[in-house]
Amino acid sequence: MSAEAAEPLAGAAAAEPAAALPHDRWRPLEVAFWLLPLPCYFLFPGYLVLASQIFITGLFAVSLDLILGYAGIVSLGHSAFFGVGAYTAGLLARHGWGEPLSGLAAAAAAAAAVGFLVSFLVVRGGDLARLMVTLGIGQLFFEAANKAYDVTGGVDGLNDVRMWRILGLFDFDLQGRTAFLYSLAVLVACFALVRRVVASPFGLSLRAIRDGGKRMPALGAPVRRRLVAAFTLGAAMAGVAGALLAQTTQFVGIDVLGFNRSAELLIVVVLGGAGRLYGALLGAAIFMLAQSYLSGINPVYWQFWLGLLLVVIVLFARGGLLGGARRVLALWASARRASR
Amino acid sequence: MTPALRTRGLTKAFGAFVANADIDLALPVGARYALIGPNGAGKTTLVNLLTGVLPVTAGEVYIGEERVTHLPQHQRVRRGVTRTYQITNLFPTLTVLESVVLAICEREGVAGAWRCTVASRTGEAREARELLAALHLAGDAGVETRLLPYGKQRLVEIALALATRPRILLLDEPAAGIPAAESADVLRVIAGLPPDVTVLFIEHDMDLVFRFAERIIVLHGGRLLTEGTPAEIAADPRVREVYLGEAAHV
Amino acid sequence: MLRNLTGILFDGIAYGSLLFLISNGLSVTMGLMNFVNLAHGAFAMAGGYLCVALMRRGVPFLVTLPLVFLATALAGVVAERTLYRRLYRAPHLDQVLFSIGLTFMAIAAATFVFGPTQQPVDLPPFLRGQFHVLGLDLGRYRLFLVALVVLVTVDLEFLIRRTRFGAQIRASVDNAAASAGLGIDVDLVCAATFALGTGLAGLGGALGIDLLGLDPTFALKYLVYFLLAVAVGGAGSVKGTAAAALVLGVCDVAGKYYVPAAGAFIVYALMVVLLVAFPLGFYGRRA
Repeated sequence: MSAEAAEPLAGAAAAEPAAALPHDRWRPLEVAFWLLPLPCYFLFPGYLVLASQIFITGLFAVSLDLILGYAGIVSLGHSAFFGVGAYTAGLLARHGWGEPLSGLAAAAAAAAAVGFLVSFLVVRGGDLARLMVTLGIGQLFFEAANKAYDVTGGVDGLNDVRMWRILGLFDFDLQGRTAFLYSLAVLVACFALVRRVVASPFGLSLRAIRDGGKRMPALGAPVRRRLVAAFTLGAAMAGVAGALLAQTTQFVGIDVLGFNRSAELLIVVVLGGAGRLYGALLGAAIFMLAQSYLSGINPVYWQFWLGLLLVVIVLFARGGLLGGARRVLALWASARRASR
Repeated sequence: MTPALRTRGLTKAFGAFVANADIDLALPVGARYALIGPNGAGKTTLVNLLTGVLPVTAGEVYIGEERVTHLPQHQRVRRGVTRTYQITNLFPTLTVLESVVLAICEREGVAGAWRCTVASRTGEAREARELLAALHLAGDAGVETRLLPYGKQRLVEIALALATRPRILLLDEPAAGIPAAESADVLRVIAGLPPDVTVLFIEHDMDLVFRFAERIIVLHGGRLLTEGTPAEIAADPRVREVYLGEAAHV
Repeated sequence: MLRNLTGILFDGIAYGSLLFLISNGLSVTMGLMNFVNLAHGAFAMAGGYLCVALMRRGVPFLVTLPLVFLATALAGVVAERTLYRRLYRAPHLDQVLFSIGLTFMAIAAATFVFGPTQQPVDLPPFLRGQFHVLGLDLGRYRLFLVALVVLVTVDLEFLIRRTRFGAQIRASVDNAAASAGLGIDVDLVCAATFALGTGLAGLGGALGIDLLGLDPTFALKYLVYFLLAVAVGGAGSVKGTAAAALVLGVCDVAGKYYVPAAGAFIVYALMVVLLVAFPLGFYGRRA
């Protein structure tokens, strides 16, 4: 089976005579997937805000999948970049510049800058060192935001985030229609970018680094440089996701930072299946839907079942939903071949 | 003429244990040399020192005129030194074709490109398919390397090394574990390398060594025991003594 | 000024000893079983809550301590035999996710049973208040804490250096495969060591109620400190963890005293700096 980069359900069929290389032609299943939100816009007008949250979490999850699933960097502090992006966009708007797209750009730039600096600490160590450093960085930013009450609003959060019209035309309305289309558009654009990166030689080299770190220098690859680039890109995208959250909810809570946000994101990516991009989106959708339904009932139960889910996934379903689906398809295909 | 690869007084110590002691060797351009010695003689350590995987304790390594003793591995690779591994060291979830294409892209310096797709790199893909065909791996091009049988994984190892178009190729037991039929393929490809490529291979299979090498270097206890043509080595009583108990094809 | 400094030093040492007590188990687990156990804080928390539950039933504080140690050790053995050992060879990410899952479950359970507020601890009268020594005010409880930790450490050192079981632990940490080849039951060593480590963590959690507080967020709040002590000290190294824990304790107390506005920021910054400077830990063991 060829390990192609961004397939939703990788072909369980036997290898084709001329083996394929990673490409980015859009498969029919993918196109169908991306058309799904549009009927939802019309069919579920009361759930547009939730849908925007799903898109934002999806983007955030994809940014982690790039770092974790493709580059193999275990990060417990990815929320730091989400938070940097959120506060950048939020503070810009609060202090008078509410233009959405430039706010996104500024957030991406800020998060990328922080990610770039952090990456040098992260690419050096082994797994454990990376865990520690990313955990520490995540907590560092949380504490900083907590203490800098005058700037960030601390635990109370940053409100009064007033956004201007998008492209001078679309106002952020209370039902969330603009937010829905805005976050969807940004998600699609970023996803297309990541999809291309993952199918490129750079993406292939990332997977190779993740798989066999020792072999890559033997091929002449500048491993650290590649990891820095991947980490920075992931950080930038997380920043964009954070900015989207700030702009669409017009508020920045301190929970955009901190361990809980990072841990939940790890769960999202692993739930859907890491290293597949679509797994991150699927995980985000399911997680957000489950959370909105269940945690409203009882937040303590939610946390308990979330922990249990995690334990079960690790012990029994390591590839996540897409990994499981792939295995099911493979079994089905081999059963078909056997019955011929 | 300047040797392609040269060492002077190369020494490697792990604490009190000296793996390589004071090794001087010189590989002329286009050499087909073999490195032999009983297990534990320090052969793989020597290759690790030459490629930059391990730092030296003392001595110098030169690629051509350039002193490379302290250069990291990936920079020595850029200067044309490639190795294969005694223990297969592949990319488990990449397919055979993807692995070789990646190696070629790294050589060409385009592996950092993010705006095009791998599939669009037709030149590299074609070269990869040709290389795989030469090693009779074309049928497995789409298979993930972790799913291959051991013998084929070794062939992919060799393919990766060859894909870097090395000027100096260090092969660590290239034929180990490969069934006889396929090892003929390996040898044919290596023998078919251009005359300006320098090859040093470690082998225990004396058949291969005597058939293939123009000169043999013998290592024992971390030191250079002797060096000579196959005929000289076969006749050397010290070598026979060192190999006493091992199957020496004399 | 000097009084303040000594006071801070003393507080820092007390705090650091507590961290050491808890982190020690984590250090050995990471060094021996190469398992990143982020649920270690949850075990400590469990010890604390068990102590509270016992005290509510009228058990005196000092009596709860050995009970908590044994109970948490037992819980550790059960967890290790049923769940942890399946993941010894798993990638670190899997271990991280698994232990985070356990931690979430523990936090939820604690909130459900005890509620989200801080738990009080009922110290015996002779441990309350202070000793006045050489013009300094030394908290009695803190003195007790340090003394207890020293006692435990001496015992541990004796166990590790002078007993056969200790030799087996050291051998297994150095090279599990070779130890197994020598007939050492590495499985048993792992289970026993894990039990010991979690037992100590539970004990530390109970002892720490007065110093660190106890609420459901304990498991995660102090996890960073434990991990830091282990990573900087070097996994598997008792001396290293002790040194790191003490440095950490003193720096944190000093930081919060002199620069209260920065809060825990100093510790995290220190963490990053130390990790970069000592990628293999103070004593050079694999981290």
